[in-house]
Amino acid sequence: MNAFSREVPLAWYLLLSAALFTLGIAGFLFKRNLITVFMSIELMLNGVNLSFVTFAQQWHAVKGQIFVFFVMVVAAAEAAVGLAIIIAVFRARATLAVDRIDLMKL
Amino acid sequence: MHLILFVVFAGFCLAGAINLLLQSHPINSALSLIVVMTSLAVLYLLLGAEFLAIAQVIVYAGAIMVLFTFVVMLLNAGREERTLGSRSARNVGFPAAVAILAIIATIILKAQGLGTAQLSDGLTDVKGGTNIEVLSTVLFTRLLLPFEVTSVLILIAILGAVALARHGAGEPSASEPKVDNQ
Repeated sequence: MNAFSREVPLAWYLLLSAALFTLGIAGFLFKRNLITVFMSIELMLNGVNLSFVTFAQQWHAVKGQIFVFFVMVVAAAEAAVGLAIIIAVFRARATLAVDRIDLMKL
Repeated sequence: MHLILFVVFAGFCLAGAINLLLQSHPINSALSLIVVMTSLAVLYLLLGAEFLAIAQVIVYAGAIMVLFTFVVMLLNAGREERTLGSRSARNVGFPAAVAILAIIATIILKAQGLGTAQLSDGLTDVKGGTNIEVLSTVLFTRLLLPFEVTSVLILIAILGAVALARHGAGEPSASEPKVDNQ
């Protein structure tokens, strides 16, 4: 086979993860819906996970993949608690717009 | 082959992430986030992390995104509204996000000694055995204590989610966000 279609530089994976992380930051800043802001945080976590897996491949070390495993576990717990908080906030305020949720007091 | 798969699924990833930003309805954002996570699972597979690819599909695209779509439908979230704050956030945030991307990309492109990924050698680890064998060996011997601590963490998260969500009236849907994974 030709060399063109065999290998992918790992820097491309890192650039993709940087792009995903930046899009997550942009969504966190731009979006005005509480649930979508939360989704942007998940997108940032996914971007970081991709860079962990890429470095695990680079150094042939399994620790990076274990780190991703723990990040997934924590993200699952975080999603459960965060969405419960969103439900509680919606019950108290009857809105999901982040501009109207500007008090910590329920 | 690796290059083709990478380009296709990286394109899906970026398109889904950009679509998440552009859609104004939360359910569309959630569906495009599912596209991002599933394509990331394929990229993990290309990088030789089979276990993480499966876990990504089951945990992220399965459990977490089901929770998200469930909450979007439960709260009947409509289109987001534009306010003055959103315009200022866009004016300040867009250059800031581009600057962050530029900084990270410069650092990555300047880094020396980054290797390449092939389709053939990526699927097994060098330390012997398949990826899942190596991963589970480390996870259940050296890192047993952190692994067990995560189960306590998940238990506390379930209890917290139930306590938070059933705070108000006793609606039957209140205890639903406790759905979790291992």
